[in-house]
Amino acid sequence: MAEHAHALEHHTATGIDSRKLAIWTFIGSECLFFASLIGTYLVYKGRDVIGPKPHAEWLLNGKVQEQMLEIPLVTFGTALLLFSSLFVVMALNGAQRGNRRQLITWLVATICCGVFFVGMQVFEFTHFYHRGMGYTTNLFSSTFYTLTGFHGTHVTIGLIWLTSVLVVALRGKLPPEKALNLEIAALYWHFVDVVWIVIFPVVYLIR
Amino acid sequence: MSSHAAHADAHAHPAIGTYLKIGLTLFILTALEVGAYEVVHRGQPAGFAHLLEPVVVPVLLILSAIKFALVAMFYMHLKSDGRLLSTVFVFSLVIAAVVITALMLLFAYLHHVAPTKVPGGP
Repeated sequence: MAEHAHALEHHTATGIDSRKLAIWTFIGSECLFFASLIGTYLVYKGRDVIGPKPHAEWLLNGKVQEQMLEIPLVTFGTALLLFSSLFVVMALNGAQRGNRRQLITWLVATICCGVFFVGMQVFEFTHFYHRGMGYTTNLFSSTFYTLTGFHGTHVTIGLIWLTSVLVVALRGKLPPEKALNLEIAALYWHFVDVVWIVIFPVVYLIR
Repeated sequence: MSSHAAHADAHAHPAIGTYLKIGLTLFILTALEVGAYEVVHRGQPAGFAHLLEPVVVPVLLILSAIKFALVAMFYMHLKSDGRLLSTVFVFSLVIAAVVITALMLLFAYLHHVAPTKVPGGP
């Protein structure tokens, strides 16, 4: 009876659950937010008067410094984020089929990947700061920290969201009929991933 | 959503095999991106680097677009979910592309034309 009432509660004229439509609308607005940040980064790209330079050597107190961006580290982080997207759909598959072990295993794997990605970013920011790149050092530093920092914040929010879903799953309160709760969190997580798919080449690979 | 609806939804979404194939494709495309960067950055092998250098930016953007589309279609289930959701997302992407293009064009104009008109400017 309660389950029937729950099904009726989410019946909509579009045939799509309102919560799913809401998260997609939110993702749409987030696209515009990141478009403005990426646009700003591109507008100021290569217009620095002083170092640090992202892809070229630069001078600090008369000493030649290497380029700031470290591709191997970020490539590792990118791979982790891509794998986390795979892992969260595996978890969703488990939730929809009522396979609790599959759900929890892959959800934990997703969260681990996300934590490593945020850790990579914290390490990168700290490393850059110690190499003399503060937030207001030059145009590159300001736009870089703003763009990647906001992305990192989104990853952190996604991690908190997924962890809360994991807690619910561990309590055994995520049956197949409530798999949409994970699907909505997963959609947000995939969005964070696709944003990084754009940021990675634009910031790190295109000179 | 009822249990029946949840099962129907699970059946509508791709199978695990498809998810794994997409994951492998994403990994290969990322390796190609980084490989292209390394070839051009290091200039080795010289012949290939010389060939790749003029087209590396479009190549990287195309690879990125393919990865973006794969995640959106298969992992975000836009391929199997209703057309309304695809419309919402694509419409937002079009506006986002317009925002980036407009910003770049406006600032290109500002940097190349307007500075000569600024009082006290060069």
